[in-house]
Amino acid sequence: MADQGVRVEGNELAEGRSGGGSPTAHPEGERYFVRFTPMQRWMHVVMFSTFLGLAATGLTIRFSTNAWAQHFALTLGGFGAILFIHKFCAVILTLEFLYHIGNIAYRIVVKGQKGLLWGPDSMVPNLKDLQDIIGNFRWFLGLGSKPHFERYAYWEKFDYWAVFWGMIIIGFSGYVMWFGPFFGRFLPGWALNAVQIVHGEEAVLAATFIFSIHFINGHLRPDNFPMDTTIFTGIQSEEEFKERHADEYRRLVAEGRLEEKLTCRSERSLLKVSRVIGFTVVAAGIVLLILSVSAYIRQ
Amino acid sequence: MQDAAGHNVGVDANLFHASIHGSLDCTACHTDIHAYPHPDHPAAVNCATCHTEEASGLEGSVHEHASHQPCTACHGNAHVIVSKDSPKSAVYPLNIPATCGRCHGDAAMARQHHLSNVYPQYVDSIHGFALSKEGLLVAANCSSCHGSHHILSHEDPKSSTYRTNIPKTCGSCHAGILSRYMAGIHGKAMANGNASAPVCTDCHTAHAIAAPTMAESTPVCGSCHQKQLTTYRDTFHSQVSSLGSYIDIARCSDCHGEHEILPASDPRSPVNPANLVKTCGRCHAGANAGFVKYEPHANPENFRRFPILYCIRIFMVLLITGVMTFFVLHSVLWLLRSLVEKAQSRTAKGGR
Repeated sequence: MADQGVRVEGNELAEGRSGGGSPTAHPEGERYFVRFTPMQRWMHVVMFSTFLGLAATGLTIRFSTNAWAQHFALTLGGFGAILFIHKFCAVILTLEFLYHIGNIAYRIVVKGQKGLLWGPDSMVPNLKDLQDIIGNFRWFLGLGSKPHFERYAYWEKFDYWAVFWGMIIIGFSGYVMWFGPFFGRFLPGWALNAVQIVHGEEAVLAATFIFSIHFINGHLRPDNFPMDTTIFTGIQSEEEFKERHADEYRRLVAEGRLEEKLTCRSERSLLKVSRVIGFTVVAAGIVLLILSVSAYIRQ
Repeated sequence: MQDAAGHNVGVDANLFHASIHGSLDCTACHTDIHAYPHPDHPAAVNCATCHTEEASGLEGSVHEHASHQPCTACHGNAHVIVSKDSPKSAVYPLNIPATCGRCHGDAAMARQHHLSNVYPQYVDSIHGFALSKEGLLVAANCSSCHGSHHILSHEDPKSSTYRTNIPKTCGSCHAGILSRYMAGIHGKAMANGNASAPVCTDCHTAHAIAAPTMAESTPVCGSCHQKQLTTYRDTFHSQVSSLGSYIDIARCSDCHGEHEILPASDPRSPVNPANLVKTCGRCHAGANAGFVKYEPHANPENFRRFPILYCIRIFMVLLITGVMTFFVLHSVLWLLRSLVEKAQSRTAKGGR
């Protein structure tokens, strides 16, 4: 933690200098655009907080024979505390999921925003995503140029749907375990065993994926190392916009709607808070990743 | 009063007359002394002259050659010896552990004779506490299980601590538990000569007397029932108990019973299908016929018994492996491409 604190300070200083006149990083007159609404940013905050809580307690339960799990559980107050935190976070995340479903349904049905279901701004995968996957692999291998992405690149859509289905599967199986006797009235006998396997394995996948792939794609790859704060601040620079979502940028320019998204550069304090939180969560996630992957392989 | 060699040969007449031997003459025991001055080397007193039964018991026992004077080693100085019913006696029930512990509490002595140093385990056991803290005369002391004069090695089939004799030995106090144990699958197997059937000490240990209600009881059962322990480990029941808590959680005996363990096919067994709603319902309020179809020892790696669970597990493993392989490859290639591009742009800048 101390290291990270120092690092954040260092970045701040570096940024202060570059903002003060260096033309390379953030030239004077650089424009900034909104990428995420405050609601989307808060949804992410609630999601990663509860996910971290669920993962830390869930992986402790899953790998309960490991010494680290037992020490962690004892520190928090034994199994009772672990399960309480797990269920508490689960309920909050369920509420967020239901809110999201309600919000999407409302926007499609009542407000008629069909673009949510289909089109360039939609999370729904389309043919272009498949072309982008192939194009990106060709670019990786030096066989072509880098594809231009729309508002959501294919790995961002995968993140969304992985979490979406993950929440349905892990959530449902979790509630079946929580209210076993109730669900036992309609589900076949094997289902009570099945939910236990599915819950545990799907959760290991979710945690492993988020704490490695999502962190790398979102924060740790060379392009946005060491932390992409866009999801916290909601703001991206014009340079980032053109680079990462070139097709969306061009489309907005063509439609003359680019200026609708113009905003100010995010506040220093918000950036700083974002980095501290971001680094803390990434560090916690990586620790959990190492502990669970080693426990998973040893089991 | 000392002899030429400096040995104390004085006898306190008051203590002697108060002792259980007080009515005897000196020469009743020191039979080779007839006149004064005494012989230079008077013969050793032979307690067996009177105590024939005890002496014959000692014959063939582990203590037969343990000491030059095996009787007084435990009973103390024969001139002050008191009845075993007197609290002052070295072999009064409450004093026996300390008496035996003079040798058996000595780690060096235990090492020398290849014995485990069991005295401290006994002292801290429920038997030791009952004796030392509560002063219960009925509390098991050393000789309650091992006998007194005719102590045999636990490897000797005639020993009270020989494996198959242990239930009877413990049952001499714990008669109720003995009859339940004998009615259960463990006791029946033992009576049928099954050498691997557990006896009391296999689960409870001999001297420390482990309380089997603790979390450590699962590895105890699991030391024989390894498969069942493995499948138990996969369940929520085990996860809860591993994480240490004061929550009541199902361990082996909570579902299977303890001393009178019956096979699931027995209608009296708590895990007989007809009794499951009641057994599971002890913890799970609202347990019903559907709920108790849950298999607490399912093994998703066993295709024959659990085909659906097997397929689900394989599917989940493939899903994890597939997703992670794809994205790890994706990330690694991306990283390499980014590094190549950075190097190229640096070269391009440098060339300019």
